[in-house]
Amino acid sequence: MNDASQPGLSREDRTQSPPAMPLVETCIEQLRYARVLEKGMLLGLAVLFLSFLLYVLGILEPFIPLHEIADYWSVDVHTYLDRAGVQGGWSWVGLLGYGDFLNFVGITVLAGTTILCYLAIVPILWRSHDRIYLALVIVEVIVLSVAASGILGTGGH
Amino acid sequence: MRIFRLGPRFRSFVVRQSRWDWVAIGISVALLLGCVLAPVALGAIGSQGGTTPVSLPWWFWPLALFVVTFAMGVVAVLGGVGGGVLYVPIISGFFPFHLDFVRGAGLLVALSGALAAGPGLLKANLADLRLAIPVALIASSFAIVGAMVGLALPTNIVQIALGTTIIGICILMFSAKKSVHPEVPHADRLSSTLRIYGVYHEPSSGHTVNWKIHRTPAGMALFVLIGLMAGLFGLGAGWANVPVLNLLMGAPLKISVATSKFLLSITDASAAWIYMNQGCVIPMIVAPSIMGIMLGSLTGVRLLRVAKPQAVRWVVIVMLAFAGIRAVSKGLGY
Repeated sequence: MNDASQPGLSREDRTQSPPAMPLVETCIEQLRYARVLEKGMLLGLAVLFLSFLLYVLGILEPFIPLHEIADYWSVDVHTYLDRAGVQGGWSWVGLLGYGDFLNFVGITVLAGTTILCYLAIVPILWRSHDRIYLALVIVEVIVLSVAASGILGTGGH
Repeated sequence: MRIFRLGPRFRSFVVRQSRWDWVAIGISVALLLGCVLAPVALGAIGSQGGTTPVSLPWWFWPLALFVVTFAMGVVAVLGGVGGGVLYVPIISGFFPFHLDFVRGAGLLVALSGALAAGPGLLKANLADLRLAIPVALIASSFAIVGAMVGLALPTNIVQIALGTTIIGICILMFSAKKSVHPEVPHADRLSSTLRIYGVYHEPSSGHTVNWKIHRTPAGMALFVLIGLMAGLFGLGAGWANVPVLNLLMGAPLKISVATSKFLLSITDASAAWIYMNQGCVIPMIVAPSIMGIMLGSLTGVRLLRVAKPQAVRWVVIVMLAFAGIRAVSKGLGY
């Protein structure tokens, strides 16, 4: 399966089946999406792994002491936020100096990779005049961004 | 080894299993037994919202979580199920974590699995972006709604609904048929307009398979429900995606499974953001879970090359049924 080198080709033009070795070309927006997805996934996992090590090894002091963490995970989220004195939403950005909240960087990269993947294929869809899918992709970016923003409600006080 | 007084079918089953098949079955049964025995031994049953009667070091439950999710990752690959559908019912049923945090972690676990598998599936032309984009938009939008509803409902209601859904999933897994190459006489107007069709190379036959879909509006309507349930319960939606794509819309089984896996990276991302913003993410739960299930999945893929134990799927169904009953009983206060 090889990279399609010419944008805007129809699927029929891109698909070839020679008898000895069938060659199926993947459309370029799909390949672009896959590459961005792969990079985002690897980056997110690496950051999460490293930040978690810093957290559990005590290299970075946690906001909630490790020996107290069990008191928080068995209660509902509203009680947890009240007891811990933590806000929901993006308030964790102000707590990046703490080992536990540093993990949110890796989690955010993993959750946000999809938005980047969609944005990466917008130029390809624009150039190929694929208006329907361009609209679908833009709407999806809006949906994911609204979900990520916290506009739909955050926990806390 | 002589086997005495066993039925001929069971003898045949035992003889057919290789050494690695038994390893796989052993991991699955150990996971099942661990889920049953550990909470009983530690008195964790009924400890939701309170302290465990046994004093444990802080690292005990995260380590146990890592081990259990590792086993889950192995079992999920061998059993042909998603790790996401195993995670929430098992962890919420047998660990002392509140359901709010388990659902948040469950979405991130399913998301991570999908992110890991997605690139390879897209490059291999098995996951189809044009098929995924419209259904993902529907599912992700309603996953947000499901997440908001799920966080607003009382926990016991969600537990009962989760347990009932899990039992339904078991029935679906037990009875659902699969069609490797569904018969699709004509592509419908919507799929033709959206140019949802494709080609993939089938290694087993050496042929190139052209595919198209039909009943697209009906399939998209079902993704409303799929998104709602994914957000509400924090489950991966693969158990529902595949039947809709394969049996209803007529996509080949390989395309359906691969596209479903890829779809989770979009559907679960939208719901995961809601849970994150609501504060339902505790890194001490999320990080070991993601690492455990990823390592387990890698191990399961290696094991799958040397073992194909059909029995693992049955163990998974039993495990899920048990977890579903446990969730209902927790919701009812037992």
